[in-house]
Amino acid sequence: MRRKTLLYGVLCVLCVPFVFPTWWMVTSSLKPVSDIFAFPPSLLPGRPQLEAYRQVFELQPFAQQYWNSLYIAAVVTVGTLAVSSLAGWAFARIRFRGSNALFLVILVGLLIPSEVTIVPLFRLFHSAGLTDTHWPLILIPILGAPSVLATFIMRQFFLALPKELDEAAAVDGLGRLATFWRIGLPLARPAVGAVAIFTFLHSWNLYLEPIVFLSTPERFTLPQALTQFVDAYGGPMWNVQLAAASLTALPVLVVFVVAQKQFVEGLAHTGLKG
Amino acid sequence: MPDRTTWWTASRRDHLVGYAFVAPQLLGSLLFVFLPLGLVLYYSLHEWNVLADTFEFVGGENYRQLLADPNVPKVLGATALFSVGLVVFNLSLAMLLAVLLNQRLRGTVVFRTLFFSPVVVSLVAWTIVWGFLLQSNGGVNALLQTVGVEGPNWLRTGTGAMVSVIGVQVFKNVGLNMVLFLAALQGVPKELYEAARMDGAGAWTRFARITLPMISPTVLLTSIITVAGSLQVFAQIAVLTQGGPGTSTTVLVYYLYQQAFQFHHFGYGATLSVLLFVIVLALTVLQWRMRRRWVFLEA
Repeated sequence: MRRKTLLYGVLCVLCVPFVFPTWWMVTSSLKPVSDIFAFPPSLLPGRPQLEAYRQVFELQPFAQQYWNSLYIAAVVTVGTLAVSSLAGWAFARIRFRGSNALFLVILVGLLIPSEVTIVPLFRLFHSAGLTDTHWPLILIPILGAPSVLATFIMRQFFLALPKELDEAAAVDGLGRLATFWRIGLPLARPAVGAVAIFTFLHSWNLYLEPIVFLSTPERFTLPQALTQFVDAYGGPMWNVQLAAASLTALPVLVVFVVAQKQFVEGLAHTGLKG
Repeated sequence: MPDRTTWWTASRRDHLVGYAFVAPQLLGSLLFVFLPLGLVLYYSLHEWNVLADTFEFVGGENYRQLLADPNVPKVLGATALFSVGLVVFNLSLAMLLAVLLNQRLRGTVVFRTLFFSPVVVSLVAWTIVWGFLLQSNGGVNALLQTVGVEGPNWLRTGTGAMVSVIGVQVFKNVGLNMVLFLAALQGVPKELYEAARMDGAGAWTRFARITLPMISPTVLLTSIITVAGSLQVFAQIAVLTQGGPGTSTTVLVYYLYQQAFQFHHFGYGATLSVLLFVIVLALTVLQWRMRRRWVFLEA
């Protein structure tokens, strides 16, 4: 009994740095500026107000930036799933010449993060006239290094499916593409879910690429937009920044809390397991 | 056409289908991974001026600059400090949380959700909140003051800033490793613990002699991922400290960004990229070769 109480106590204390920041972000965004650094700090806003939220949309084209992040992440997620599930299926279930060598070549991409190649990528997109567009933020994750991990996860999952599936599909007269689309992909729902979640978050969090490629506020994505709420002296407008941060973080958090089982177990049971 | 039927065999068709399926990934890798990697080497021998649009061969000039740059040792020191601090803190906290959550307590799922939740919070949003909390009159110091500790001005001192960026990153992502460790812990056969207990092994001995060896493949995997990730950290530093105070939190990726995209020294930026690539490669190979030494079971 005492051991249990002790364990709960330790867990509660350990929770503080994980939970307190989110709590503080939301409550502070509802406080008037003058109360933000008040001591002793109050855990709840005494006089909650939405002034900061109004300013978020006034100072930046925030709704546009929100849409940019959302649609880019959606396109990247769908694109990555298409590329990685096709490649993963072929590497796991189709015997073709050089498949192992090609797989190794692609895996090398895991060692080459886009931070290493950002300078030439910038020049490539610059000479194609595609800087200050969303193309680099869409094409690099779908086709470049980030999708390699997705392909690896999909391949590991497809490898575990029984061999008889292909034979049964062939007996039923299904071609390779139909077998993949009608049998492989539906069975891979857990892997697809895990890849979708992490691809979406990766795109949603992207920061280096947007600040390198984008220069027009209307084209900014959320992470970049969040840092733009500064006063005339370059100092952060804390309550406005925190309001924008809350708007960015809360929807995803809500989805997570509702679907946390899929998030956590999808990850733990998908190829990434040692 | 009899010729065609013999040529168009099932296995040939399989080859073609296979190539077609992997083509997007393969061409994508060539265009967005291998071509830029080659170009990074090529650019490191050149100087590119965007404004004047000149691109000229300078030989080993950028590499001479790399060796002479007084900031490079500092940057590498900060990178090493950050990576080591991050990996040690991340893996040990992940292990602690996983072991605590593996005690079959009621409400474990709630705690697991809470520990994991920062993973889904937007990285820059998370960093901004911590930047706010770490102000000298911010939430962290207010919390410390209520227990009678005078906190430092976290982001304005070298050590404080380094501790801050490591901590912010660990609390953001430790949930991932925690979940992987938890899955591995649940895969350890219970009989092993029973047997050890009968032999009189204490909790620590059971952890060190049974748990750790049994989950060592997961430890290897997570440490490879965490080490590689620690070398890519950028947003937290750009938002929280801008590499400061001085160069105390200027890690290699941030320095690369500054040189290439703030000072427009693209050739030198490419040279720093080559250095980053060599470091990532060397560390991964090193960890992979060490696996025989301390990984008990090959998965």
